[in-house]
Order: sequence, then C-alpha cells, then structure tokens
Amino acid sequence: MSKLSSTGEQTADAPTPEDAFHESATLEGRDKEPPHGSGEGGPVLAADGTPLKRSLQRALRREKLRALGLIAPLLIFVLVTFIAPIADMLFRSVENQIVSDTLPETTATLQSWDSAGDDLPPEAVFEALYYDLFLASEAKRHTRLGTRLNYEETGLSSLFRSTGRSLDDYGELFQDVLEDHDEIWESAGFWYEMMGTTGDEPGQPELIEAQRDRLEALTGERQTGEIGFVPAAAIGEVLPRTADAYAAFAAYAALEDGDTVAEEEPWEAVFAALASDLRRDGAAEAIAGYDGDGAEELQAALEQAVPEFPETTYREFFLEEDEDWGSLDAWGTIQAYSPSFTPGYFLNAVDLELTADGVSAKPEGQQIYVLLFQRTLFMSLVIMGSCVLLGYPVAYLLSNLPMRVSNLLMILVLLPFWTSLLVRTSAWKVLLQQQGVINDILVWLGLVADDARLVMINNQFGTIVAMTHILLPFMILPLYSVMKTIPPSYVRAAKSLGATPWTSFWRVYFPQSIPGIGAGCILVFILAIGYYITPELVGGTTGTFISNRIAYHISSSLNWGLAAALGTILLAVVLILYWVYDKIVGIDNVSLG
Amino acid sequence: MDASASDGAFVEFDRVQKSYDGETLVVKDLNLAIGKGEFLTMLGPSGSGKTTCLMMLAGFETATHGEIRLGGKEINNIPPHKRGIGMVFQNYALFPHMTVAENLAFPLEVRNMSKSEREQKVKRALDMVQMGDFGGRRPAQLSGGQQQRIALARALVFEAELVLMDEPLGALDKQLREHMQFEIKHIADNLGITVVYVTHDQTEALTMSDRVAVFNDGKIQQLAPPDELYESPENSFVAQFIGENNTLMGKVTKMNGDRAEVTLDDGEVIDTVPVNVNGVGDRTLVSIRPERVEFNRDRLPADAHTLKAEVLEFIYMGDIYRTRLRVAGKDDFIVKTRNAPDQRRLTPGEKLEIGWRPEDCRALDA
Repeated sequence: MSKLSSTGEQTADAPTPEDAFHESATLEGRDKEPPHGSGEGGPVLAADGTPLKRSLQRALRREKLRALGLIAPLLIFVLVTFIAPIADMLFRSVENQIVSDTLPETTATLQSWDSAGDDLPPEAVFEALYYDLFLASEAKRHTRLGTRLNYEETGLSSLFRSTGRSLDDYGELFQDVLEDHDEIWESAGFWYEMMGTTGDEPGQPELIEAQRDRLEALTGERQTGEIGFVPAAAIGEVLPRTADAYAAFAAYAALEDGDTVAEEEPWEAVFAALASDLRRDGAAEAIAGYDGDGAEELQAALEQAVPEFPETTYREFFLEEDEDWGSLDAWGTIQAYSPSFTPGYFLNAVDLELTADGVSAKPEGQQIYVLLFQRTLFMSLVIMGSCVLLGYPVAYLLSNLPMRVSNLLMILVLLPFWTSLLVRTSAWKVLLQQQGVINDILVWLGLVADDARLVMINNQFGTIVAMTHILLPFMILPLYSVMKTIPPSYVRAAKSLGATPWTSFWRVYFPQSIPGIGAGCILVFILAIGYYITPELVGGTTGTFISNRIAYHISSSLNWGLAAALGTILLAVVLILYWVYDKIVGIDNVSLG
Repeated sequence: MDASASDGAFVEFDRVQKSYDGETLVVKDLNLAIGKGEFLTMLGPSGSGKTTCLMMLAGFETATHGEIRLGGKEINNIPPHKRGIGMVFQNYALFPHMTVAENLAFPLEVRNMSKSEREQKVKRALDMVQMGDFGGRRPAQLSGGQQQRIALARALVFEAELVLMDEPLGALDKQLREHMQFEIKHIADNLGITVVYVTHDQTEALTMSDRVAVFNDGKIQQLAPPDELYESPENSFVAQFIGENNTLMGKVTKMNGDRAEVTLDDGEVIDTVPVNVNGVGDRTLVSIRPERVEFNRDRLPADAHTLKAEVLEFIYMGDIYRTRLRVAGKDDFIVKTRNAPDQRRLTPGEKLEIGWRPEDCRALDA
C-alpha cells in the first residue's frame, strides 16, 4: 500500500505537461489524504477523548483473548508433548550430575588432585570413594555410574560392578574383630542408642537431613518418609566418620528399605568407619572425654580391639580388589567428569574426547560421527537434487493440464502418501536386490553378466533411490501450488514478444517458479536430513544416516546424552542451513502454497 | 463486408473455423479483412468467439479450418514468436520478476539487439507512454493505469506493425479507462500501426475504432464504422447490443418502397424503415433509439403516425432526462431528452402522444 501511494504521489509531482495524464495521476493519488485528526500532531483521540490507540487496543482485546482461547488446546499440547521433550533432550546433552550425585564426597576431595602428575589420588579420596560407593551399591546405583563413565573410558563399568560386590569385605575385617571382643557390637539397639539422641541430649538433625537429600539425588525420587533417628551431637564429635556412615545407613534403612533403624544391624561400612575413627590421631583423648551412651564399650574397643585390627588402608583394599584403581586414566576420567555439566557428549559427537589433558581427537578407529554428518548432508543434498530434477517436469505438467487429467495425475503423485512407508521401502528392496526384479531384467537383456549382478541395495545408492521416491511428493506439491498461480499469459506474452519457447520458459516461467523450488527443497532437505526408517532398512553400512546412530544410542546403547548431543548438532546444522538459505535466496521467496 | 479493405488487406481471415471439442464450432466461417493502419475492434458478449479469433491471430490457438494471412502470407503454421505481432493482455502479463525497463528490453534482447540500441528504444517507448521515470520500478510497484501503459509500451517497443489487445482496459476504473481509450487511440494513430482490439464494452468500441466487428454466436453480426453501427444496425442483436434501444413487436402490414407499415401487437400502426423483413405478414422487431423519440407534435413530420403513451417515471440524470413510458402495452419504453432550458419535464401519470421520424425506426428480424 505504501509503495503504491508513493508512486501515485511521485507521478503527481513529476513535471508532466499532459493535462490528461496529470489528471489520471491525481486520480490515483486521491485517496491518500491524511486521516482525520492526525494533522495537528500529538496522539489521535477517539470520540470520548481517550487516545485512539488505547481504545483500539481495548476493542481488540476481546478478539485476541478469543483467538488465544482457540489455539490454547493445541498450544498446550505442543508445549507438553513437543517443546518440553526437546528441551529435556537438549538439557541431557550437557547434563552430567550422575557422577557428583553418586560420588559426592569423592568428587569433592578429588578436585585438588593433580591429574597430570604421576601419583594416585591421596588416601582421603579412596576413603571417600569407599563410603560413596558403599551407599551407591546398597542403592544399586553404582552400575549406572559405571555405565556412564564407561562411555568415556572403557573398563570403568566392570570396575565399578566388581568392586561394588566386595565392599562388605573391608568392613567385615573390623566387624569381626570388634564382635569377637564384645558381642554388644552385634546389637542393633546398642548402636542405635550410642549414635542417636535420647531424652534431652543435643542432636544433629541436619546430619540426617543431609543424608535424606543425598538419597534423593542418588535415587532420583522424593524421600518424604519418617526416619525415626536423630544423630547425637556428642558422638558426632568423637566419631565423625562413624556418625556420617551411621546416618547414611539409618536414612537408607528407614527410607528405602522401610525398616526400623533401631532393629537393624548397621552396615559393614559403619564398622569400617568406626575403625577409622578409633585409629585416628587424638581418638584416645576424644573418647576419654566422652561420657555418653556406649562410652565404656568404646573405651574397651579402643584398648582391646584396635591393636588387633588388620593393618590396611582404603587404598590398599581398592588396589587389591582391582588393580585398575591404580590407573591414572581411570581417576583422570572420574575427575574430568565430576562437574554437573560437561561438554563431553558434544565432543564425543564430533569425534573428540575430554581427557585429563584437555580436549583431543579420538583414536583413528573410533572416529565415525563427523563422517556420518558429512554423509548425511551429502546424501540429503543428492536426494533434494534428484527430487527437483524428477519433480519439476511432473509439477509443470500437473499445473498445465486440464483439471480432469491433472486430478488423475495428482492421485498418482499422492498414491505413495497413502501407502505404508514400510511397504514402499520393502518394495524397493524387492526391486533393487541382487536377485531382484531389476537385476533379473538386466541379466535377461544381457546388459549385466549373471555373476556380476549390480549391488543396488544396502548401500548409498539404494538409500538415495528409495528416499527420493518417498520424498518426491514433498517436492511436487509446493512446486505445483506455485506453478498453478503462474498465469499462462506470461509465457504467451513472452512468445508474442518474440521469445522462443525455451527462452520463454527459462527467462519468464522458471524465475517465477523459484519460490516453489525453494519451498520444496527446504521441505525435502529437512525431512531427508532426519530420516530414519528408510536408511535403516535399505542403507546397509554405507547408506546409514546420523539419525540411525541417534536411534542406536537412544534404544540400544542407552547413551542418551550422546544421542541428545548428536540431535542438538543436527538441529543446529538445519537451523544454520536455513539461515544461509534465507541470506542467499530469501525466505520470503518461499511459498508453500 | 467493407469492399475497400479486402484488396489491400493487411490481416485476413479466410473462411476460418474453430472448434475445441470437435462437436461445436466456437468460430463459424469467419471472413474478415483488416486494412493496414486500421483500428478494428471485435466486440461481443463473452463466449461469442472474439477472443478465440484474436488468439488464432496471435498464434496461441490453431484454426480448425481456413486460412489466416498477415501481409499476404499465410501464418497458420508459424509459431507465435515468429509472427512479430505485439500483444497487450487483459491482466497486462508484465513479468513480475523484472523491472519495467527489463520488461521492455525483453523483446529487444531476444532479437539480439545491441545494448545501446536497446536502451535507446526502451527510453523512447517509455517516453511515449509518459513513464520515462519508472524504468527501475517493478510492475507490482505500479498502479493499474501505469501497468497498462507499460504493457502497451512493451507491445510497441519492437516496432510491430500489428498490435493485438485483449480487453486491455478491463481492470481499470471508469475514469481511467476513458482516459486510456483516448491515449491508446492517439498512440496508434501516431505510429500508424494496425490494431485489433477485443472488448465487450460497446462504448470503448465506439469511441476508439475505425471499424467494429460485432460478434455473436461465433459469427460477425455486423462489420461497420461506429456511427453506422449505432444508427443503422442490421439485425436485432446489433440493435440491442449497441446502445440503449426501445423495441416493439409487430407484424408488417404494408410495404411501400423504403417504408413499411407495421401493426403493433396492440393494433396501433407505425411507419418504419424495413431492414431485414421480407414482405407483408412478417413478424418484426421494431427498434427505435430513446433519443430519437419525440413528444412535441410540432417537430414531427405532418404525416407521421403517433402512439399513445403514459409517463411512468421521470429520472433526472444531469445532462439528460430519462423518462419511462408505457407504450403499446409495454412498460419499459425509454425516452431521453436533453436538459435544455426549453425542455419540458414530464410528470408521472401524464398522458401524451409520442412519435418519430420514420427513418429512425427500423424494422428488424424478430
């Protein structure tokens, strides 16, 4: 509208001696007089004195609300079933909380360890690992962590699983000694009284609440149950490690197992913790100054049992269980993946890895994703190109034939849409395989020797053929809808002006059909780049797409983080290509009919 | 058929027939000769075959039978792009992806004209339609009238001797259309080109053309200059299609040389000029133009027959008065009178006698 009016005004301004012409120009410019009330400057007022804009807004508000109400069901549906899962997947591609959730203390103490050095982490790290892992193995979560870390360093999965089985052994070393000396250590009630508050003794409820939070992070479930145990403050000072271990045991027993804490014999880990506490420097003084529940038994244990404790450390225990715990690489991986968020999945998705020394390329034999991305892009472009070449003439014919014939042809074009995708793909298998119809005909015609039948399926060729066929309607329909709107008079005009039929087509018809080509190309390319079923069925090893790999990680290897990262990269590539397309062709030039 | 045109005919249709479906003829036995420099209009209702004739001439339709000649050469089998005929389409068909200048340069480009020559011709053509400043615009940025000018310039820029126009003014509003009629006629006269113009608007046909071919039912009903067409229609279709017309039904009761007496259905008798009635006893449709009806007895010849009439409605239209009368039992008899100082305004219900000069009243086929 503004462009039209400007031409009208310019015409009026131009010095045209012809009166008649001037008259026609003013005729066209006549309706461009400024609207009432805008000439004075300041906001335009409605009849009641309110600014026109506001009263217009008020008038439109009801309609807007109504429109919103109409789209609300779909909007909610899309948000819940589409946007939210995508956001969740994007989040998973960087999320890495499983390491710090499962091994909170270990990752905290491991932070100061220098992974570049030649030394294993200090004893404190092994100690922390023991208690972290003990709780995790009770909750059967240590294998999940093993699986997660195994994506980064092969062998960690079995390391965690085998170690998880034998954690009890270490605690039993001390449990046996203690119980040999005094059977009271077997008593669940004794432990409960010693570790917990009775009456008006000061307690440490925050200790048990911390364990509750930790259990929530570990299991991923909300823990709202009653624990029925409050750690005593006094004993916590004398036996800090034991207090922690017992609180962990109490929380787990009450919340996960649903047992009464006072009736359960503590875990082996609690005995290991007690042993650590008793052998700590200054333990003797602390116990001497303690007069709460179990003070006598502790004193006795200190004097009689401790000297009989086996001389061993956490570190020795772990190294004895599995020598892989002495591997700097394993510890480097755990440290590298300690943070809650990691670029690791994305690095993996482009054939890089995060090692202790920073980012580096993966070994030659494990690099597949960059190749797959390239292949996916290349094949999608080839499919798009063949769709244009095959679809353009058909669309041209469709839009220029009489209605009756073109409707019939349109049904033929749409027929593939109404056939199951699996049926169509399988049909291509039948046609293209080495003992298939096409090869048989070629052999029969003598074009191909019987012992040299063409390999046309389970490779790139097969994927391109089948997908071109499947995606062809997505090219033809937008092309058709654009071509339908090009009046035949344009080509006629070109011919009447002296252009040959080819020139008329190329210079006049083709440029006007470009929006259809653009729309078809975007549609086909974006569909092709994420296609899954057909490459899976006919792609073999050389014709698979990145989407097949994503599906593999989603459903087989269960490495959702990597699948999410691959998907995110694919999404980003599509968006970037879309942007480039917009820069070159202009998205306004796309018509979907 | 105008005999003067046929020997030096520039465009000739010779016994041309056209059928699309093999069952009905859209164009039946068309014979038409168009002289060089002539402005000929094909006028007719839609479906009368006029556009088909134009398309056959342009080469977009092939004649089923007969010969079409241009400059004495048969062009039936020459493809459209080799005919060198300029054409203006109904919706202008300006190429939307090219600027105005590129549109105009297109026919020159496909003729391999040099760039400087092209620019010069484009400029001249744009100046001719007073659109010199618009070369860089896109067609979508122009108003309807401006697009019309560009389409005209494009059809003329490669100096075609014959230009076809297919209802080129159909999409314009009334005032602009009238102005463009004048302008097209002006340019055609100046350049001396032959124009075949198709329209269903009779005013357009009358004001622009040297000759008008009135089409109906696949046939030319009458081919004549505008004044002749209006004043001496040869049959009832032409009489009713061109201009406003009062018709009365009757029977020829007396033939007297160039006069025929017709007894109307209600028994009244009038004088007419027999045009295509054969003799006494024929049913006839009598045609009389509203502006030729007279109700002032003094202005009629002494021996003229008169009819009784009753005024039903009086409409003031500015330059004229339009009065609806009941005449010979019909309620739609119109009389137009000029709005002049001495003109009487009739009042509804008034009874009067009307008449006309016998030569203004034509007895046509029923």
